[in-house]
Amino acid sequence: MSIEQREARQPWILLTPALTAIGLLLIVPLVFIVVYSFWLKSAAGADTPGFFLDNWQEALTDPFYRDILLNTLKIAAVTTVACALLGYPAAYFIARSRGNKMVLLVLLMLPFWISYIIRTMSWINILGVSGALNSALIWLGLINEPIQMLYNETTVILGLTHFLLPFMVLNIFVSLDGIDTNLEDAASSLGATKWQGFLQVTLPLSLPGLAAGGLLCFVLAAGTYITPVILGGPRDAMFANLVYEAIIRQLNWPLGSALSLLLLVVLGVLVLIYNRYLGMAQLAKGLG
Amino acid sequence: MGWRLIRIYTILVYLFMFLPIAVVVLLSFNANQFGSFPMTGLSTRWFEVLWNNDAIMRAFRTSITLGLMTAVISTVLGVLASLALVRYKIPGRNLITTLLIAPILVPEVVLAVALLLFLNFLDIGKSFTLLLAGHVIFTLPFVILVVQARLVSIKRDVEEAALSLGASPMQTFFAITLPLLMPAVAAGGLFAFTISFDDITGTLFWKPGGIETVPTQIFSMLRNSISPEINALGTVMIVLTVGLPLIGAAIARSLATRSGA
Repeated sequence: MSIEQREARQPWILLTPALTAIGLLLIVPLVFIVVYSFWLKSAAGADTPGFFLDNWQEALTDPFYRDILLNTLKIAAVTTVACALLGYPAAYFIARSRGNKMVLLVLLMLPFWISYIIRTMSWINILGVSGALNSALIWLGLINEPIQMLYNETTVILGLTHFLLPFMVLNIFVSLDGIDTNLEDAASSLGATKWQGFLQVTLPLSLPGLAAGGLLCFVLAAGTYITPVILGGPRDAMFANLVYEAIIRQLNWPLGSALSLLLLVVLGVLVLIYNRYLGMAQLAKGLG
Repeated sequence: MGWRLIRIYTILVYLFMFLPIAVVVLLSFNANQFGSFPMTGLSTRWFEVLWNNDAIMRAFRTSITLGLMTAVISTVLGVLASLALVRYKIPGRNLITTLLIAPILVPEVVLAVALLLFLNFLDIGKSFTLLLAGHVIFTLPFVILVVQARLVSIKRDVEEAALSLGASPMQTFFAITLPLLMPAVAAGGLFAFTISFDDITGTLFWKPGGIETVPTQIFSMLRNSISPEINALGTVMIVLTVGLPLIGAAIARSLATRSGA
Protein backbone atom coordinates (compact mmCIF):
# COMPACT_ATOMS: atom_id res chain seq x y z
CA MET A 1 0.00 0.00 0.00
CA SER A 2 1.31 3.44 -0.89
CA ILE A 3 1.84 6.18 1.66
CA GLU A 4 -1.03 8.19 0.17
CA GLN A 5 -3.41 5.29 0.59
CA ARG A 6 -2.34 4.87 4.21
CA GLU A 7 -2.74 8.60 4.79
CA ALA A 8 -6.25 8.46 3.34
CA ARG A 9 -7.20 5.55 5.58
CA GLN A 10 -5.99 7.05 8.85
CA PRO A 11 -8.93 9.41 9.54
CA TRP A 12 -11.38 6.56 8.98
CA ILE A 13 -9.55 4.39 11.48
CA LEU A 14 -9.79 7.24 14.00
CA LEU A 15 -13.50 7.75 13.26
CA THR A 16 -14.48 4.08 13.29
CA PRO A 17 -15.05 3.67 17.06
CA ALA A 18 -17.20 6.79 17.42
CA LEU A 19 -19.17 6.21 14.21
CA THR A 20 -19.73 2.56 15.11
CA ALA A 21 -21.05 3.59 18.52
CA ILE A 22 -23.40 6.21 17.06
CA GLY A 23 -24.50 3.85 14.30
CA LEU A 24 -25.18 0.85 16.52
CA LEU A 25 -26.55 2.70 19.54
CA LEU A 26 -28.49 5.52 17.89
CA ILE A 27 -29.10 5.25 14.14
CA VAL A 28 -29.91 1.54 13.91
CA PRO A 29 -32.10 1.68 17.07
CA LEU A 30 -34.04 4.63 15.56
CA VAL A 31 -34.64 2.65 12.36
CA PHE A 32 -35.56 -0.32 14.52
CA ILE A 33 -38.32 1.54 16.39
CA VAL A 34 -39.72 2.75 13.06
CA VAL A 35 -40.17 -0.92 12.15
CA TYR A 36 -41.36 -1.79 15.66
CA SER A 37 -44.07 0.89 15.56
CA PHE A 38 -45.86 -1.17 12.87
CA TRP A 39 -45.85 -4.34 14.98
CA LEU A 40 -48.71 -5.32 17.26
CA LYS A 41 -48.67 -5.89 20.97
CA SER A 42 -49.77 -9.39 21.81
CA ALA A 43 -51.86 -10.11 24.86
CA ALA A 44 -49.20 -12.55 26.01
CA GLY A 45 -45.72 -13.41 24.81
CA ALA A 46 -43.72 -11.68 22.10
CA ASP A 47 -45.12 -8.80 20.04
CA THR A 48 -46.39 -9.72 16.58
CA PRO A 49 -44.11 -8.55 13.75
CA GLY A 50 -45.81 -7.30 10.63
CA PHE A 51 -47.15 -4.15 9.04
CA PHE A 52 -50.07 -2.93 11.12
CA LEU A 53 -51.20 0.69 11.17
CA ASP A 54 -53.05 0.36 14.50
CA ASN A 55 -50.45 2.11 16.68
CA TRP A 56 -50.09 5.02 14.32
CA GLN A 57 -53.83 5.34 14.00
CA GLU A 58 -54.14 5.44 17.78
CA ALA A 59 -51.27 7.91 18.22
CA LEU A 60 -52.54 10.26 15.51
CA THR A 61 -56.30 10.20 16.02
CA ASP A 62 -56.91 9.63 19.75
CA PRO A 63 -57.90 13.08 21.13
CA PHE A 64 -56.22 12.17 24.44
CA TYR A 65 -52.80 12.01 22.76
CA ARG A 66 -53.50 15.04 20.57
CA ASP A 67 -54.51 17.23 23.53
CA ILE A 68 -51.42 16.27 25.53
CA LEU A 69 -49.19 16.87 22.52
CA LEU A 70 -50.65 20.35 22.01
CA ASN A 71 -50.39 21.09 25.72
CA THR A 72 -46.76 19.96 25.72
CA LEU A 73 -45.97 22.32 22.86
CA LYS A 74 -47.76 25.13 24.68
CA ILE A 75 -45.80 24.52 27.91
CA ALA A 76 -42.55 24.42 25.92
CA ALA A 77 -43.44 27.67 24.14
CA VAL A 78 -44.34 29.52 27.35
CA THR A 79 -41.14 28.25 28.99
CA THR A 80 -39.08 29.44 26.02
CA VAL A 81 -40.66 32.91 26.14
CA ALA A 82 -40.11 33.09 29.91
CA CYS A 83 -36.45 32.12 29.46
CA ALA A 84 -36.02 34.77 26.76
CA LEU A 85 -37.63 37.51 28.87
CA LEU A 86 -35.55 36.62 31.93
CA GLY A 87 -32.40 35.75 30.04
CA TYR A 88 -32.02 38.58 27.53
CA PRO A 89 -31.55 41.49 29.96
CA ALA A 90 -29.26 39.36 32.12
CA ALA A 91 -27.14 38.32 29.13
CA TYR A 92 -27.05 41.96 27.98
CA PHE A 93 -25.90 43.08 31.41
CA ILE A 94 -23.14 40.46 31.50
CA ALA A 95 -21.96 41.21 27.95
CA ARG A 96 -21.84 44.97 28.47
CA SER A 97 -20.68 45.16 32.09
CA ARG A 98 -17.30 46.73 32.73
CA GLY A 99 -16.65 44.37 35.62
CA ASN A 100 -15.51 40.80 35.39
CA LYS A 101 -17.72 39.30 32.66
CA MET A 102 -16.36 35.82 33.07
CA VAL A 103 -17.11 35.67 36.79
CA LEU A 104 -20.68 36.80 36.17
CA LEU A 105 -21.10 34.26 33.38
CA VAL A 106 -19.57 31.37 35.32
CA LEU A 107 -21.80 32.25 38.29
CA LEU A 108 -24.91 32.00 36.15
CA MET A 109 -23.61 28.76 34.61
CA LEU A 110 -23.02 27.17 38.03
CA PRO A 111 -26.56 25.78 38.26
CA PHE A 112 -25.72 23.87 35.05
CA TRP A 113 -23.50 21.67 37.17
CA ILE A 114 -26.01 21.28 39.94
CA SER A 115 -28.15 18.21 39.61
CA TYR A 116 -31.32 18.72 37.58
CA ILE A 117 -33.43 16.71 40.00
CA ILE A 118 -32.14 18.66 43.01
CA ARG A 119 -32.90 21.96 41.30
CA THR A 120 -36.37 20.74 40.35
CA MET A 121 -37.25 19.48 43.81
CA SER A 122 -35.81 22.62 45.42
CA TRP A 123 -39.04 24.41 44.42
CA ILE A 124 -40.95 22.15 46.81
CA ASN A 125 -38.94 23.78 49.62
CA ILE A 126 -40.02 27.19 48.36
CA LEU A 127 -43.64 26.67 47.32
CA GLY A 128 -44.71 23.62 49.33
CA VAL A 129 -47.32 23.78 52.08
CA SER A 130 -44.57 24.03 54.69
CA GLY A 131 -42.21 25.82 52.31
CA ALA A 132 -40.45 29.14 52.59
CA LEU A 133 -43.14 31.23 50.90
CA ASN A 134 -46.06 29.90 52.94
CA SER A 135 -44.07 30.21 56.18
CA ALA A 136 -43.20 33.80 55.32
CA LEU A 137 -46.80 34.69 54.46
CA ILE A 138 -48.10 33.17 57.67
CA TRP A 139 -45.40 34.88 59.70
CA LEU A 140 -46.39 38.20 58.11
CA GLY A 141 -50.00 37.49 59.00
CA LEU A 142 -51.16 37.71 55.41
CA ILE A 143 -52.70 34.25 55.46
CA ASN A 144 -53.83 31.93 58.26
CA GLU A 145 -53.68 28.61 56.46
CA PRO A 146 -50.93 27.53 54.07
CA ILE A 147 -51.95 27.68 50.41
CA GLN A 148 -51.18 24.80 48.04
CA MET A 149 -49.17 26.54 45.35
CA LEU A 150 -47.54 23.43 43.91
CA TYR A 151 -48.59 20.73 41.49
CA ASN A 152 -50.08 22.72 38.64
CA GLU A 153 -49.05 23.80 35.16
CA THR A 154 -47.52 27.06 36.39
CA THR A 155 -45.11 25.27 38.70
CA VAL A 156 -44.12 22.92 35.85
CA ILE A 157 -43.29 25.97 33.71
CA LEU A 158 -41.47 27.57 36.65
CA GLY A 159 -39.33 24.46 37.18
CA LEU A 160 -38.55 24.17 33.47
CA THR A 161 -37.62 27.84 33.24
CA HIS A 162 -35.29 27.49 36.22
CA PHE A 163 -33.68 24.46 34.57
CA LEU A 164 -33.32 25.93 31.06
CA LEU A 165 -32.48 29.59 31.71
CA PRO A 166 -28.67 29.06 31.66
CA PHE A 167 -28.90 27.61 28.11
CA MET A 168 -30.69 30.76 26.97
CA VAL A 169 -28.35 33.20 28.73
CA LEU A 170 -25.25 31.47 27.38
CA ASN A 171 -26.49 31.55 23.78
CA ILE A 172 -27.58 35.19 23.91
CA PHE A 173 -24.33 36.16 25.61
CA VAL A 174 -22.23 34.50 22.89
CA SER A 175 -24.17 36.48 20.30
CA LEU A 176 -24.05 39.83 22.12
CA ASP A 177 -20.38 39.46 22.99
CA GLY A 178 -19.55 39.17 19.30
CA ILE A 179 -21.20 42.48 18.38
CA ASP A 180 -18.85 45.41 17.88
CA THR A 181 -19.90 48.05 20.46
CA ASN A 182 -18.77 50.73 17.99
CA LEU A 183 -21.95 49.99 16.07
CA GLU A 184 -24.08 51.24 18.97
CA ASP A 185 -21.86 54.32 19.30
CA ALA A 186 -22.21 54.94 15.58
CA ALA A 187 -25.99 54.74 15.87
CA SER A 188 -26.07 57.23 18.72
CA SER A 189 -23.67 59.61 16.95
CA LEU A 190 -26.11 59.58 14.04
CA GLY A 191 -28.81 60.80 16.40
CA ALA A 192 -30.47 57.57 17.54
CA THR A 193 -31.48 57.34 21.18
CA LYS A 194 -29.99 54.47 23.20
CA TRP A 195 -33.28 52.61 22.93
CA GLN A 196 -33.48 53.12 19.15
CA GLY A 197 -29.89 52.01 18.81
CA PHE A 198 -30.65 48.88 20.76
CA LEU A 199 -33.83 48.07 18.83
CA GLN A 200 -32.37 48.70 15.39
CA VAL A 201 -28.76 47.57 15.80
CA THR A 202 -28.06 45.36 18.78
CA LEU A 203 -31.28 43.37 18.97
CA PRO A 204 -31.30 42.29 15.29
CA LEU A 205 -27.63 41.31 15.49
CA SER A 206 -28.26 39.18 18.58
CA LEU A 207 -31.23 37.33 17.10
CA PRO A 208 -29.19 34.26 16.04
CA GLY A 209 -28.20 33.70 19.68
CA LEU A 210 -31.76 34.22 20.83
CA ALA A 211 -32.97 31.73 18.23
CA ALA A 212 -30.36 29.12 19.18
CA GLY A 213 -31.21 29.50 22.88
CA GLY A 214 -34.90 29.36 22.05
CA LEU A 215 -34.55 26.16 20.05
CA LEU A 216 -32.59 24.44 22.83
CA CYS A 217 -35.09 25.53 25.50
CA PHE A 218 -38.08 24.48 23.42
CA VAL A 219 -36.73 21.06 22.44
CA LEU A 220 -35.47 20.24 25.93
CA ALA A 221 -38.71 21.43 27.56
CA ALA A 222 -40.91 19.51 25.13
CA GLY A 223 -38.99 16.28 25.74
CA THR A 224 -39.10 16.28 29.53
CA TYR A 225 -41.09 13.97 31.76
CA ILE A 226 -39.39 14.35 35.14
CA THR A 227 -40.45 17.95 35.88
CA PRO A 228 -44.19 17.28 35.43
CA VAL A 229 -43.93 14.24 37.72
CA ILE A 230 -42.21 16.23 40.49
CA LEU A 231 -43.86 19.65 40.15
CA GLY A 232 -47.06 18.93 38.23
CA GLY A 233 -50.42 17.55 39.28
CA PRO A 234 -52.12 14.41 37.99
CA ARG A 235 -53.49 16.29 34.96
CA ASP A 236 -50.21 17.93 33.96
CA ALA A 237 -48.68 14.98 32.10
CA MET A 238 -46.56 15.94 29.12
CA PHE A 239 -46.03 13.92 25.97
CA ALA A 240 -42.88 12.21 27.21
CA ASN A 241 -44.85 10.97 30.22
CA LEU A 242 -47.11 9.10 27.79
CA VAL A 243 -44.06 7.49 26.21
CA TYR A 244 -42.78 6.43 29.64
CA GLU A 245 -46.23 5.15 30.56
CA ALA A 246 -46.53 3.07 27.37
CA ILE A 247 -43.00 1.64 27.47
CA ILE A 248 -42.28 1.09 31.16
CA ARG A 249 -45.70 0.68 32.78
CA GLN A 250 -47.94 -0.85 30.10
CA LEU A 251 -45.07 -2.58 28.28
CA ASN A 252 -46.81 -1.65 25.03
CA TRP A 253 -43.63 -1.26 23.06
CA PRO A 254 -45.14 -0.93 19.58
CA LEU A 255 -47.37 1.94 20.71
CA GLY A 256 -44.51 3.47 22.71
CA SER A 257 -42.38 3.37 19.55
CA ALA A 258 -45.04 5.21 17.55
CA LEU A 259 -45.47 7.84 20.29
CA SER A 260 -41.72 8.48 20.59
CA LEU A 261 -41.39 8.78 16.82
CA LEU A 262 -44.27 11.26 16.76
CA LEU A 263 -42.42 13.40 19.31
CA LEU A 264 -39.19 13.04 17.31
CA VAL A 265 -40.91 14.14 14.08
CA VAL A 266 -42.63 17.16 15.64
CA LEU A 267 -39.41 18.40 17.27
CA GLY A 268 -37.32 17.33 14.28
CA VAL A 269 -39.36 19.57 11.98
CA LEU A 270 -38.50 22.51 14.25
CA VAL A 271 -34.80 21.64 14.19
CA LEU A 272 -34.91 21.36 10.38
CA ILE A 273 -36.62 24.74 9.98
CA TYR A 274 -33.99 26.23 12.28
CA ASN A 275 -31.20 24.54 10.35
CA ARG A 276 -32.62 25.78 7.04
CA TYR A 277 -32.48 29.42 8.12
CA LEU A 278 -29.66 29.64 10.66
CA GLY A 279 -27.54 26.51 10.34
CA MET A 280 -26.11 24.27 13.02
CA ALA A 281 -22.92 26.29 13.51
CA GLN A 282 -24.68 28.80 15.77
CA LEU A 283 -25.94 25.99 17.97
CA ALA A 284 -22.47 24.46 18.26
CA LYS A 285 -21.10 27.86 19.31
CA GLY A 286 -23.50 28.07 22.23
CA LEU A 287 -22.80 24.51 23.34
CA GLY A 288 -19.03 24.61 23.09
CA MET B 1 -31.25 55.18 34.28
CA GLY B 2 -31.84 52.29 31.90
CA TRP B 3 -28.62 50.63 32.95
CA ARG B 4 -29.58 50.68 36.64
CA LEU B 5 -32.89 49.03 35.79
CA ILE B 6 -31.08 46.29 33.86
CA ARG B 7 -28.73 45.81 36.80
CA ILE B 8 -31.61 45.38 39.28
CA TYR B 9 -33.35 43.02 36.84
CA THR B 10 -30.16 40.96 36.49
CA ILE B 11 -29.76 40.73 40.26
CA LEU B 12 -33.34 39.43 40.47
CA VAL B 13 -32.57 36.82 37.80
CA TYR B 14 -29.54 35.67 39.78
CA LEU B 15 -31.69 35.47 42.91
CA PHE B 16 -34.23 33.38 40.99
CA MET B 17 -31.45 30.99 40.01
CA PHE B 18 -29.78 30.71 43.40
CA LEU B 19 -32.46 31.17 46.06
CA PRO B 20 -34.03 27.71 45.70
CA ILE B 21 -30.57 26.12 45.83
CA ALA B 22 -29.61 28.17 48.89
CA VAL B 23 -32.80 27.02 50.62
CA VAL B 24 -31.87 23.37 49.98
CA VAL B 25 -28.51 23.91 51.68
CA LEU B 26 -30.09 25.88 54.53
CA LEU B 27 -32.78 23.28 55.23
CA SER B 28 -30.27 20.42 55.19
CA PHE B 29 -28.82 21.86 58.42
CA ASN B 30 -32.27 22.22 59.98
CA ALA B 31 -32.71 20.59 63.37
CA ASN B 32 -36.48 20.49 62.86
CA GLN B 33 -37.88 16.97 62.78
CA PHE B 34 -39.68 17.46 59.45
CA GLY B 35 -36.92 19.41 57.80
CA SER B 36 -39.22 22.27 56.91
CA PHE B 37 -39.74 25.84 58.04
CA PRO B 38 -39.59 27.24 60.63
CA MET B 39 -35.92 26.41 61.31
CA THR B 40 -35.53 25.32 64.90
CA GLY B 41 -31.75 25.26 65.01
CA LEU B 42 -28.66 24.05 63.22
CA SER B 43 -27.75 20.41 63.14
CA THR B 44 -25.79 17.93 61.07
CA ARG B 45 -28.00 14.99 62.02
CA TRP B 46 -29.39 14.61 58.49
CA PHE B 47 -25.92 14.09 57.11
CA GLU B 48 -25.38 11.31 59.66
CA VAL B 49 -28.70 9.74 58.65
CA LEU B 50 -27.56 10.01 55.05
CA TRP B 51 -24.19 8.40 55.78
CA ASN B 52 -25.94 5.46 57.42
CA ASN B 53 -28.44 4.97 54.61
CA ASP B 54 -27.22 1.92 52.71
CA ALA B 55 -29.45 2.47 49.69
CA ILE B 56 -28.06 5.97 49.12
CA MET B 57 -24.47 4.88 49.62
CA ARG B 58 -24.98 2.07 47.10
CA ALA B 59 -26.51 4.56 44.65
CA PHE B 60 -23.45 6.78 45.08
CA ARG B 61 -21.09 3.93 44.27
CA THR B 62 -23.15 2.99 41.19
CA SER B 63 -23.25 6.59 39.94
CA ILE B 64 -19.52 7.10 40.41
CA THR B 65 -18.58 3.82 38.71
CA LEU B 66 -20.95 4.55 35.84
CA GLY B 67 -19.77 8.15 35.52
CA LEU B 68 -16.08 7.19 35.48
CA MET B 69 -16.54 4.43 32.89
CA THR B 70 -18.67 6.73 30.74
CA ALA B 71 -16.08 9.51 30.96
CA VAL B 72 -13.19 7.24 29.97
CA ILE B 73 -14.96 5.61 27.00
CA SER B 74 -16.52 8.85 25.73
CA THR B 75 -13.26 10.74 26.00
CA VAL B 76 -11.26 8.12 24.10
CA LEU B 77 -13.87 7.88 21.33
CA GLY B 78 -14.28 11.65 21.24
CA VAL B 79 -10.56 12.47 21.03
CA LEU B 80 -10.01 9.98 18.20
CA ALA B 81 -12.98 11.30 16.22
CA SER B 82 -11.98 14.94 16.80
CA LEU B 83 -8.46 14.25 15.53
CA ALA B 84 -9.88 12.82 12.31
CA LEU B 85 -12.27 15.74 11.84
CA VAL B 86 -9.79 18.52 12.54
CA ARG B 87 -6.50 17.11 11.24
CA TYR B 88 -7.56 15.43 8.00
CA LYS B 89 -9.41 16.48 4.89
CA ILE B 90 -12.19 13.95 4.63
CA PRO B 91 -15.10 13.79 2.23
CA GLY B 92 -18.52 14.29 3.81
CA ARG B 93 -17.12 16.11 6.81
CA ASN B 94 -20.36 18.00 7.54
CA LEU B 95 -22.45 14.87 7.40
CA ILE B 96 -20.09 13.08 9.78
CA THR B 97 -20.12 16.03 12.21
CA THR B 98 -23.92 16.08 12.16
CA LEU B 99 -23.99 12.32 12.80
CA LEU B 100 -21.59 12.66 15.72
CA ILE B 101 -23.61 15.40 17.43
CA ALA B 102 -26.95 13.77 16.54
CA PRO B 103 -27.48 12.42 20.09
CA ILE B 104 -27.93 16.04 21.27
CA LEU B 105 -30.51 16.72 18.57
CA VAL B 106 -32.66 13.68 19.32
CA PRO B 107 -34.85 14.14 22.41
CA GLU B 108 -33.43 11.98 25.18
CA VAL B 109 -36.70 10.10 25.73
CA VAL B 110 -36.70 8.98 22.10
CA LEU B 111 -33.05 7.95 22.31
CA ALA B 112 -33.85 6.05 25.50
CA VAL B 113 -36.76 4.16 23.94
CA ALA B 114 -34.88 3.32 20.75
CA LEU B 115 -31.82 1.99 22.58
CA LEU B 116 -33.87 0.03 25.10
CA LEU B 117 -35.99 -1.68 22.45
CA PHE B 118 -33.14 -2.40 20.05
CA LEU B 119 -30.76 -3.85 22.63
CA ASN B 120 -33.60 -5.84 24.11
CA PHE B 121 -34.19 -7.25 20.62
CA LEU B 122 -30.51 -8.29 20.68
CA ASP B 123 -31.17 -10.01 24.02
CA ILE B 124 -29.40 -7.33 26.04
CA GLY B 125 -32.05 -6.42 28.58
CA LYS B 126 -32.05 -3.68 31.16
CA SER B 127 -28.61 -3.91 32.66
CA PHE B 128 -25.50 -1.99 33.63
CA THR B 129 -24.22 -2.58 30.07
CA LEU B 130 -27.30 -0.88 28.62
CA LEU B 131 -26.90 2.03 31.06
CA LEU B 132 -23.26 2.43 30.09
CA ALA B 133 -24.00 2.28 26.36
CA GLY B 134 -26.70 4.90 26.74
CA HIS B 135 -24.57 7.25 28.81
CA VAL B 136 -21.67 6.98 26.36
CA ILE B 137 -23.93 7.89 23.44
CA PHE B 138 -25.35 11.06 24.86
CA THR B 139 -22.12 12.32 26.44
CA LEU B 140 -20.01 11.72 23.30
CA PRO B 141 -21.19 14.86 21.40
CA PHE B 142 -20.23 17.12 24.31
CA VAL B 143 -16.71 15.65 24.48
CA ILE B 144 -16.32 16.06 20.71
CA LEU B 145 -17.45 19.70 20.79
CA VAL B 146 -15.05 20.58 23.62
CA VAL B 147 -12.05 18.70 22.19
CA GLN B 148 -12.61 19.94 18.64
CA ALA B 149 -12.73 23.57 19.75
CA ARG B 150 -9.35 23.18 21.46
CA LEU B 151 -7.77 21.12 18.70
CA VAL B 152 -8.52 23.84 16.12
CA SER B 153 -6.45 26.28 18.18
CA ILE B 154 -3.38 24.01 18.38
CA LYS B 155 -1.15 24.90 15.45
CA ARG B 156 -0.25 22.14 13.02
CA ASP B 157 3.29 23.57 12.81
CA VAL B 158 4.29 22.07 16.15
CA GLU B 159 3.19 18.62 15.05
CA GLU B 160 4.85 19.00 11.66
CA ALA B 161 8.09 20.05 13.32
CA ALA B 162 8.08 16.84 15.36
CA LEU B 163 7.28 14.76 12.28
CA SER B 164 10.05 16.41 10.23
CA LEU B 165 12.50 15.68 13.05
CA GLY B 166 11.76 12.00 12.57
CA ALA B 167 9.06 11.28 15.14
CA SER B 168 6.42 8.75 14.10
CA PRO B 169 2.78 9.90 14.03
CA MET B 170 2.20 7.91 17.24
CA GLN B 171 5.17 9.55 18.99
CA THR B 172 4.04 12.94 17.77
CA PHE B 173 0.54 12.38 19.16
CA PHE B 174 1.72 11.26 22.59
CA ALA B 175 4.63 13.72 22.94
CA ILE B 176 3.15 16.84 21.33
CA THR B 177 -0.57 16.80 20.56
CA LEU B 178 -1.90 15.02 23.63
CA PRO B 179 -0.09 17.19 26.22
CA LEU B 180 -1.30 20.33 24.43
CA LEU B 181 -4.78 18.86 24.24
CA MET B 182 -4.85 17.78 27.90
CA PRO B 183 -6.99 20.67 29.24
CA ALA B 184 -9.69 19.87 26.69
CA VAL B 185 -9.42 16.14 27.38
CA ALA B 186 -9.83 16.79 31.10
CA ALA B 187 -12.70 19.22 30.53
CA GLY B 188 -14.42 16.81 28.15
CA GLY B 189 -14.03 13.93 30.60
CA LEU B 190 -15.33 16.02 33.49
CA PHE B 191 -18.24 17.15 31.33
CA ALA B 192 -19.08 13.54 30.45
CA PHE B 193 -18.82 12.47 34.09
CA THR B 194 -21.10 15.26 35.30
CA ILE B 195 -23.73 14.67 32.61
CA SER B 196 -23.71 10.95 33.34
CA PHE B 197 -23.80 11.50 37.10
CA ASP B 198 -26.77 13.84 36.74
CA ASP B 199 -28.80 11.91 34.19
CA ILE B 200 -32.23 10.64 35.05
CA THR B 201 -34.30 10.77 31.84
CA GLY B 202 -32.52 7.94 30.05
CA THR B 203 -31.44 6.18 33.23
CA LEU B 204 -35.02 5.50 34.33
CA PHE B 205 -35.61 3.65 31.05
CA TRP B 206 -32.38 1.67 31.10
CA LYS B 207 -31.70 0.76 34.72
CA PRO B 208 -32.49 -2.76 35.81
CA GLY B 209 -34.68 -3.25 38.87
CA GLY B 210 -32.67 -3.04 42.07
CA ILE B 211 -29.97 -0.76 40.68
CA GLU B 212 -30.33 2.92 41.52
CA THR B 213 -28.15 5.88 40.62
CA VAL B 214 -28.19 8.93 42.86
CA PRO B 215 -30.78 10.84 40.79
CA THR B 216 -33.13 7.86 40.46
CA GLN B 217 -32.73 7.20 44.18
CA ILE B 218 -33.74 10.79 44.95
CA PHE B 219 -36.61 10.47 42.49
CA SER B 220 -38.00 7.41 44.24
CA MET B 221 -37.59 9.07 47.65
CA LEU B 222 -39.52 12.11 46.39
CA ARG B 223 -42.55 9.92 45.73
CA ASN B 224 -43.41 9.98 49.41
CA SER B 225 -42.56 13.51 50.42
CA ILE B 226 -39.55 15.76 50.64
CA SER B 227 -37.53 14.61 53.63
CA PRO B 228 -34.70 16.55 55.27
CA GLU B 229 -32.48 13.68 54.17
CA ILE B 230 -33.08 14.63 50.52
CA ASN B 231 -32.01 18.19 51.27
CA ALA B 232 -28.84 16.86 52.89
CA LEU B 233 -28.21 14.67 49.85
CA GLY B 234 -28.83 17.73 47.68
CA THR B 235 -26.22 19.67 49.62
CA VAL B 236 -23.69 16.87 49.17
CA MET B 237 -24.42 16.78 45.42
CA ILE B 238 -24.07 20.56 45.15
CA VAL B 239 -20.72 20.47 46.94
CA LEU B 240 -19.53 17.58 44.75
CA THR B 241 -20.65 18.94 41.40
CA VAL B 242 -19.78 22.59 41.99
CA GLY B 243 -16.99 22.33 44.53
CA LEU B 244 -14.88 19.63 42.88
CA PRO B 245 -14.57 21.28 39.45
CA LEU B 246 -13.76 24.61 41.14
CA ILE B 247 -11.08 22.98 43.28
CA GLY B 248 -9.78 21.19 40.19
CA ALA B 249 -9.57 24.46 38.30
CA ALA B 250 -7.81 26.13 41.24
CA ILE B 251 -5.24 23.32 41.48
CA ALA B 252 -4.67 23.42 37.72
CA ARG B 253 -4.12 27.16 37.88
CA SER B 254 -1.69 27.00 40.80
CA LEU B 255 0.25 24.20 39.06
CA ALA B 256 0.34 26.25 35.88
CA THR B 257 1.68 29.35 37.62
CA ARG B 258 4.27 27.30 39.52
CA SER B 259 5.58 25.62 36.38
CA GLY B 260 5.54 29.00 34.65
CA ALA B 261 7.59 30.66 37.40
